[in-house]
Amino acid sequence: MIELIVYGIVLGSIISLGAIGLTLIYGIVRFANFSHGDLMSAGAYVALFMVTGVLSWIGVPATTFGPLSFGWRMVIAFPVSMLAVAGVAILFDQILYRKLRQKGSGVVIFAMSSLGAAFILRMIILILWGADSLFYKPGLMRPALQLPMGIKIRPDQILILFVVFILIGLLHLFLQNTKMGKAMRATADNMELALVSGINTEKIIIWTWGIGGAMAAAGGILYGIDVQLHPYMGWNFLIPLFAATILGTIGNMYGALVGGLVIGVAQQVSTAFLMPTYKPAVAFIIMILILLFRPKGIFGENSK
Amino acid sequence: MELGGIVAYIVALAITAGIYAIFCLGLNIQWGYTGLFNIGIAGFFCIGAYASAMITTPKPTGIYAQYVHQLFGLNLPFVFGLLGAALICGIIAFLIGIPTLRLGEDYLAISTLGIAETFRLIFNNEKWLANGARGLMGIPQPLQGLVDPRHYNYIYLIIVVFIMIIVYLLIERAVRSPWGRVLRAIREDEVSAAMSGKDIFNFKMQSFVFGAMIMGLGGALYAHATRAISPEVFTPLYGTFIIWVMLMAGGSGNNKGAILGAYVIWGIWIGTKFMTDLLPFTLKARAPYIRFLLIGILLEVILLYRPQGLLGEEKKVSKLIE
Repeated sequence: MIELIVYGIVLGSIISLGAIGLTLIYGIVRFANFSHGDLMSAGAYVALFMVTGVLSWIGVPATTFGPLSFGWRMVIAFPVSMLAVAGVAILFDQILYRKLRQKGSGVVIFAMSSLGAAFILRMIILILWGADSLFYKPGLMRPALQLPMGIKIRPDQILILFVVFILIGLLHLFLQNTKMGKAMRATADNMELALVSGINTEKIIIWTWGIGGAMAAAGGILYGIDVQLHPYMGWNFLIPLFAATILGTIGNMYGALVGGLVIGVAQQVSTAFLMPTYKPAVAFIIMILILLFRPKGIFGENSK
Repeated sequence: MELGGIVAYIVALAITAGIYAIFCLGLNIQWGYTGLFNIGIAGFFCIGAYASAMITTPKPTGIYAQYVHQLFGLNLPFVFGLLGAALICGIIAFLIGIPTLRLGEDYLAISTLGIAETFRLIFNNEKWLANGARGLMGIPQPLQGLVDPRHYNYIYLIIVVFIMIIVYLLIERAVRSPWGRVLRAIREDEVSAAMSGKDIFNFKMQSFVFGAMIMGLGGALYAHATRAISPEVFTPLYGTFIIWVMLMAGGSGNNKGAILGAYVIWGIWIGTKFMTDLLPFTLKARAPYIRFLLIGILLEVILLYRPQGLLGEEKKVSKLIE
């Protein structure tokens, strides 16, 4: 059971990376981005393209670091993929959502447009890589480390937690200390007030998509390292992402972090009683319970 | 292909498009007239199909019972299958509506998406319920003995079109009534509708349940058309996304548009199959993805450049004013 909780924290930290971007976009651009899961897939596959394609072609050695399952190729591919997916998210904003904003379309039209974007991304992945599961490094999994209390954990998983910790720490420093970060928080708090204080909301929206896309890409790659790559991986993350976002109160980055961890642990612990394929359903049930009893999430003031 | 083959092909296409048209009509009540954002159509599609299949087939006995598991099999006529599918979908819509219809639009969308995925998982994993991933086969078709089985599709086309017209007339009548005007008032401005003393939650619930029942009908018609169903059919792509594209293309808030959109988009969908058949052999396995990519791009183009669809919303006023 303790082991499942540890695995749940690993899964939850990956969910958190997606949910933080989703909640920022929800708070600032103000719609439910249904393409967020597929941005995670896109990140994983861009990294795959780098690791097995570009980087092997230019001759970066395939050696791995000690007990880890990856090496220099992944170290280079990781930031490149984050930047690429940030670019994809900004591109979608510029060619789709910015035009809808100019036309003054309703919130639901944005959500529908993002649903279309999700399908477009997934179809591109399916066209390029096919429908099978893929791995960054085929072959046997590295042996797990034995920790006290009978917990088995792979070195990769410890590194995943470390990377998530660093990324969220950096984002926290960015939001608290930079001018852009403060402007983003101000916009998430009150759009009208931000506008009258002279904040350029279009610029903030671009930054939000960039950060959201990059975080999603990181989540996708880490899941790919931990488990596998699959074209539907992002779609299967979508319900846990929304559950984490709603649990942690929409627009609240720290709430999304907590929400992601709660959902991740709940999903892993559920495998002790249920088939693992039911994981998305577990996230869904939790979400319905939150909607019934605390629709504003754990960090929202209950006006109802 | 000889002429007879072409006609049979077109009849089969017209049946599928007609079933999709019924889904579009159901979605049109929810989205077109009330503004409810349901992206879990596949869930109602799935439930409708399985409900009707299990109502109309007998429970397997003897040696079959070892291979085919199903919770119940009532062996009732086709009409009971249709009614049962609609009823069960209505009940499920009611249950989903309770926690979500009071909240914002996005919550309903996420919840319907969740319910559709959950149902697909349940039917896929729980073998005792409806034979798990292998699905159900041998679903009976109405009026089967009437003609040569080779020409049976003509009969089924008539049944589908007949039900489509009844649903169309029913919805037309409903949306022209005072009830329909309240729905549109809620869609346009919830606050002012509430200020006019309308119980928003109740009207939304009625619209959601009504639309879901029609989707259940569509699911039932699908089960009897293909005679075999399995969970993999009810994916977000075939079960939800394409129906949204159909309604947006035809014109939401317009029932003629809903039907037109279903036939036009299904025509385009089949047309792209002929296009991808020209692709080199190596790409053929991935042809469906290319076709769905085109449909996705089509949706974005519609949303950006023609959000009202082909027909646009029809102005509906009371016939007493006309």
